[in-house]
Amino acid sequence: MVKDNKPRKIRLSANPTAAALADLHIGDIVYLDGTVYTAREGVYKRVLEDGIAMPMDLPADSAANFHCSPAATQHDDGSFDLGAVTATASFRFSKWIGPWLAASGAKLIIGKGGMSAKDYREHFVPHGAIYLTTVGYGTGALLGRGVKQVSNLHWKKELGLAQAMWVLDVENFGPFIVESDLEGNSLFERENARISASLDKVYEGTRPAVLKRFGETDDRSDEMI
Amino acid sequence: MINIEIIQKTAESLMAKAAIEIPDDYLTGLQKAANDEDGDLSSFVLEAMLENYVAAKEDRRAMCGDTGCPRWYVKMGNEAQIDGGPIALEAALRRATANATKSVPLRPNRVHPLWRTDHDNNVGIGAPEIEYGFEPDGNWIDLVTVHKGGLFGTDYRMLFPSDGIEGIKRFYLDSLVAFGKRGLACQPAIIGIGLGGSKDSCMVLGKRAACLRMVGDRNPDPKIAALEDEFKELGNSIGMGAMGFVGKSMVIDCNIEVGYCHTGGMQMSVHAFCLSSRRAVARIYDDGRVEFRTDPAWFTDYQRRETVEW
Repeated sequence: MVKDNKPRKIRLSANPTAAALADLHIGDIVYLDGTVYTAREGVYKRVLEDGIAMPMDLPADSAANFHCSPAATQHDDGSFDLGAVTATASFRFSKWIGPWLAASGAKLIIGKGGMSAKDYREHFVPHGAIYLTTVGYGTGALLGRGVKQVSNLHWKKELGLAQAMWVLDVENFGPFIVESDLEGNSLFERENARISASLDKVYEGTRPAVLKRFGETDDRSDEMI
Repeated sequence: MINIEIIQKTAESLMAKAAIEIPDDYLTGLQKAANDEDGDLSSFVLEAMLENYVAAKEDRRAMCGDTGCPRWYVKMGNEAQIDGGPIALEAALRRATANATKSVPLRPNRVHPLWRTDHDNNVGIGAPEIEYGFEPDGNWIDLVTVHKGGLFGTDYRMLFPSDGIEGIKRFYLDSLVAFGKRGLACQPAIIGIGLGGSKDSCMVLGKRAACLRMVGDRNPDPKIAALEDEFKELGNSIGMGAMGFVGKSMVIDCNIEVGYCHTGGMQMSVHAFCLSSRRAVARIYDDGRVEFRTDPAWFTDYQRRETVEW
C-alpha cells in the first residue's frame, strides 16, 4: 500500500524557544535533544502539596517533564543501568498540571495518551507549553537508545525508583508525536471525532445489556433492568 | 526429580526473553497489520513499533519501559517431581522475578495498594501471581511468564442468556472503543474473551485467552472459532488504529475461551494483551533438559475437558 502524507519529522531542544514551539503542528513527529526529567504523582504531591523545595533549578536545567518511570537500576557504586523508557498515562495528573506548569516553567509535557483539550486551554496555553505523546506505548527500546546518560536521580529514597526524579541527558530522543499545539488543539480529540462519526454503523446488530450498571445511569434510584 | 537450580536459572532467562524478544506469532500478525494499515499516523506508529522490536533485540534491552505485572503460569506433567517441592518452586520463581528486575533491568512496578511500598523488585504480597495447571503423563514442568500490562483494556460484565450474541458484541465493542481511545489499551493487541464460568474464573479464562494462546490458532469448537474470526474483523472495522488514531488495526487476533456457568447467566470478560505481547515458555525435564519456546500450549484437551473422568 502506498503511504503518502507521511508526518513531518523535527529535531527540538528540550528547552525550546517560543518560536520553535509555534512552528509545531499536531501530528508532527519530534525528536528531543538536551535534558529531560521525570516527574509524576510522587513528585507532584511532594512539591505542590507538601511544599518541599525542588531538587533542580527549573526550567533552567530542563523545560521537559516526562511522565515516566524508566526500567532502570542503580548499582551500589551509584552508577546506573538504564534499559527501556516508556511513558505513563498523563490524564491522571490533571489536578496537578496547572500548578506544576507554573512552578516548573515546563514547556514540554511528555507522556502517554495526552490530556484533555480543556487542560490544554486552561493550563498549557497560558504557560506557552505543549504536550508530546510517546508512540505506540511504547517504543521503550528506541527511547532507551536516545538516553546518553542518567545525569542525576533525586528522591530515590523518599519516593522509590518508579516515582523518583530521573534526570536524563538525551540526544535524538524519540519518536514523540505533537499532541497539543500552542492554541490548545488536541490531536487525539481530532482523531476521536473522526472515528466517532461512523461508530453507529459499527454498533448495528448489537444491543445494550439487559442489566444496566451505575454509570450508564446517574439516577441512583434506577432499578437498572 | 527436577533440579531446583535449573528451574530458577531458566525462570530468570524467561523473564529476560519475555521482556526483550517479541514472539514470532505476534510479530507476524503486526507486520501484516502494518502492511494493511492506511491511516498515516497509525502507519507511522506501527512502523516505529517494528523498529522498536529490532532495537530491543540488538541492544538486549526491554521492548517497553513499563514492565506491566510479571506473572507465572506453571504446568506440571502428572509424573513430575520438583526438588524441594512446591514451596521451593515458588521461592525460585520469586527469586527469578526479583533478580531479573535488576539484571535486565525491568521497571519495579509492584507496590502495596495502600501504602505504595515498593521493594524495587516486582515481588510483594501476592506478586508475582503464580497459577497452576496439570497434564496427564509427563515428567516435565512448563514455566510460562507473561508480563501483561496492568492498567487498561480489561473489563467484566454479567450478561444473561437473553443478551445473546448481540449483547456479547455490544460489550466487546464497548470495551475496545472505551480503552482504545488515545491508545490506552496499547493496541493493536491480542484480545482475549472469557465467557461463562463464574466472575473470577471468567476473568481468568479471558486473561489466559489473551496471554496463553498463539496468534492464528482457533478454538476447537468450530462455532466458537467462527466467532473468533468474526470478532477479529469486527474489532478492525471500528475505524480505530494504534494509539486511537484513525486506522483499521485494533485486533491482531481474538481468542475466546469458555467455561460452564450458572444456568441463568452468561459472564463475559474482555482482555487486551498489548503491543509488546510479552510471553516466554520453557519446558524443563527431570533429566535436566530445557527447551525454550513461545507457545504456552496451555489450552489442551485436558484443560478444556468437560467429562467427569479423563
